[in-house]
Amino acid sequence: MHIVLRLAWRNLWRQPRRTWLTTGAMVFCNILLVFMMSMQFGMYGMMIDNTLQIFTGHLQVQAPGYKDEQKMRQVVPNILPLANTIRAELQSKAVAARGRTFVLASSEERSYGVMVYGVEPEFEQNVSNIPGLVRDGRYLRDHDAAEIVIGSILARNLRVDIGDEMTLLGGGADGSFAAAVVDVVGIFTSGVTAIDRNIAEIPLGLFQETFSMRGAGHQIVVVGEDLDEVPLLQMRVQSVLPAGSELQVLDWDTLQPGLRQVIQADMSSSFFMYFVLVVLVSFSVLNTQLMSVLERTREFGIVMALGLKPGKLGGLIMLETALMGMMGVVLGAFAGALFTSWFTTNGLAIPGMEEMAAQFNLPAKMYPRVNLLTLLAGPGIVFVFTMLAAIYPALRLRWQNPVEAMRVA
Amino acid sequence: MSAVRCVDLCKTYRQGDQDIKALDHVNLEITSGDFVCLSAPSGGGKTTLLNAIGGLDTPDSGEVYVAGQRIDNLSKSDLADLRLRKIGFVFQAYNLIPVLTARENIEFVMQVQGVPASERREKSLAILHEVGLETLEDRRPAKMSGGQQQRVAVARAIVSRPELVLADEPTANLDSKTAGELMELFTALNERHNSTFIIATHDQHIMTYAKRLIRMLDGRIVEDIDQRAA
Ligand SMILES: Nc1ncnc2c1ncn2[C@@H]1O[C@H](COP(=O)(O)OP(=O)(O)OP(=O)(O)O)[C@@H](O)[C@H]1O
Ligand SMILES: [Mg+2]
Repeated sequence: MHIVLRLAWRNLWRQPRRTWLTTGAMVFCNILLVFMMSMQFGMYGMMIDNTLQIFTGHLQVQAPGYKDEQKMRQVVPNILPLANTIRAELQSKAVAARGRTFVLASSEERSYGVMVYGVEPEFEQNVSNIPGLVRDGRYLRDHDAAEIVIGSILARNLRVDIGDEMTLLGGGADGSFAAAVVDVVGIFTSGVTAIDRNIAEIPLGLFQETFSMRGAGHQIVVVGEDLDEVPLLQMRVQSVLPAGSELQVLDWDTLQPGLRQVIQADMSSSFFMYFVLVVLVSFSVLNTQLMSVLERTREFGIVMALGLKPGKLGGLIMLETALMGMMGVVLGAFAGALFTSWFTTNGLAIPGMEEMAAQFNLPAKMYPRVNLLTLLAGPGIVFVFTMLAAIYPALRLRWQNPVEAMRVA
Repeated sequence: MSAVRCVDLCKTYRQGDQDIKALDHVNLEITSGDFVCLSAPSGGGKTTLLNAIGGLDTPDSGEVYVAGQRIDNLSKSDLADLRLRKIGFVFQAYNLIPVLTARENIEFVMQVQGVPASERREKSLAILHEVGLETLEDRRPAKMSGGQQQRVAVARAIVSRPELVLADEPTANLDSKTAGELMELFTALNERHNSTFIIATHDQHIMTYAKRLIRMLDGRIVEDIDQRAA
């Protein structure tokens, strides 16, 4: 081993307890950072997944302007063949076409405004949670059947049950008056009030027929394996759109801009907390290295008298700090990964969270996500701040005069 | 040739409202290869003079030449280089880096001097042999006697064959027998390598080893004796 490295390493262990205490503070901070960041990213992932899984999906093909105006005539023409093409291109069944419009839904007793979706019964379950959330009755089966699935609050409001008849009144794509009579075959409960109260689904064939769609629809929903895959999927979907078509492929972030804002707001508040933690640890390093420099004043005086320049001694202090910081990073990241990965399999139940979790459509248990970023970002920043904290003790040596240093008893 | 030349050196310290003349118009010339003892009672100015000669401290006025080069007007960094390459130092005590072994202490300074690794090893072993410590190369200072530690410090001071070796009371913490042995080592090295030695002391016995004895009092040279004649 290089003699300077040996010197730095042994100097660290002149005060083993102090070195361990400082390293321990770094390790503790690093474990905490790894765990909290993993939890945070786990929660974001869950929030995104859960929000997007209900309805939105990762990508949607839409007519230009539809996202903002949602006019009935802003359509994706020949939607079923296009959906088939995309399914073939992606080799995936998680692609489903939809129509969407606002109607007045009436039972024998009452009427409510409802967002009705025309869906492909065989594919919708691959892009949305709702088919799986049907508690009473069953989901849609037939492409053209006069059937409807509605949310539980809507069912309660309309006072309808499985087997009852409902009337839908609205406008067709061509501006005509549209009406249909459907049987309630299923009632779903998502736990999200807005969805359970306002959403209904009918087969896409019936939708196209009723609302004079001429084979068109409003959106093709695509769901990928995970969020990282989305940009690539987006390109592939784009590539199979009919030549000259104005259709757009929008990603989840464009479709649900609020989601990213919530996450960013949460991130900046938690990053402030991390910052405070890191600064506290750096002060402990500063204190340790300042003490260690002061203790060695006489020794440093002698080697400076021998001709060693203060800059080199400062370098020695930085090297000692770097070794200590490295121990903090390695032990912290390792222990943090171990600690966190236990929760990635077992989950972390936060008492009192169940209610809130249900309201925001989150599972009651949280699962942290460990990846290279959550594992190394915290410890890396702690390391950088540790080195920053050592600059002052190292620079102090510059003003040290060897003769005076040697006079220190 | 002169190894050291001081011209009209003055250095005054303020203590309270009193001015203390640590060096008071000191003129001195030491020839190359000489073995000089600088003797003075405590507070006489030995350390101040050695520090001025070694470029550790700058005088208030006067000139210092080492091996013909004027050094009192050099920058801090140039002085550090001068000390590193041309001057060997031995101090009163705690000369060594406590976490390094005897050999590592010697190698560390050579490393700073830029001596290649293989040469470092060879030279440090040879010099430890020369000062009679070949069996202690892997010991740390805490496990050596005061005399052994001083021998390592001497070995470190001379390993790169400096032109000048300055020792400030190197025997002050040693018993008289060990002190005598250390002085014999200095004498032997002086004869073998022909380096110039200046040793500050207030010990009468130590002075007998010197070829030239310079006595100081209150910052002035009061006596300068060539002991070879005797
Ligand atoms: N940094 C300083 N500040 C104030 N006075 C000083 C300083 N250094 C030395 N002196 C004074 O200068 C005078 C000469 O000191 P110096 O250390 O050179 O003497 P010395 O002969 O080496 O003494 P000793 O045998 O005690 O080491 C003394 O009176 C001392 O008190
Ligand atoms: Mg002195």
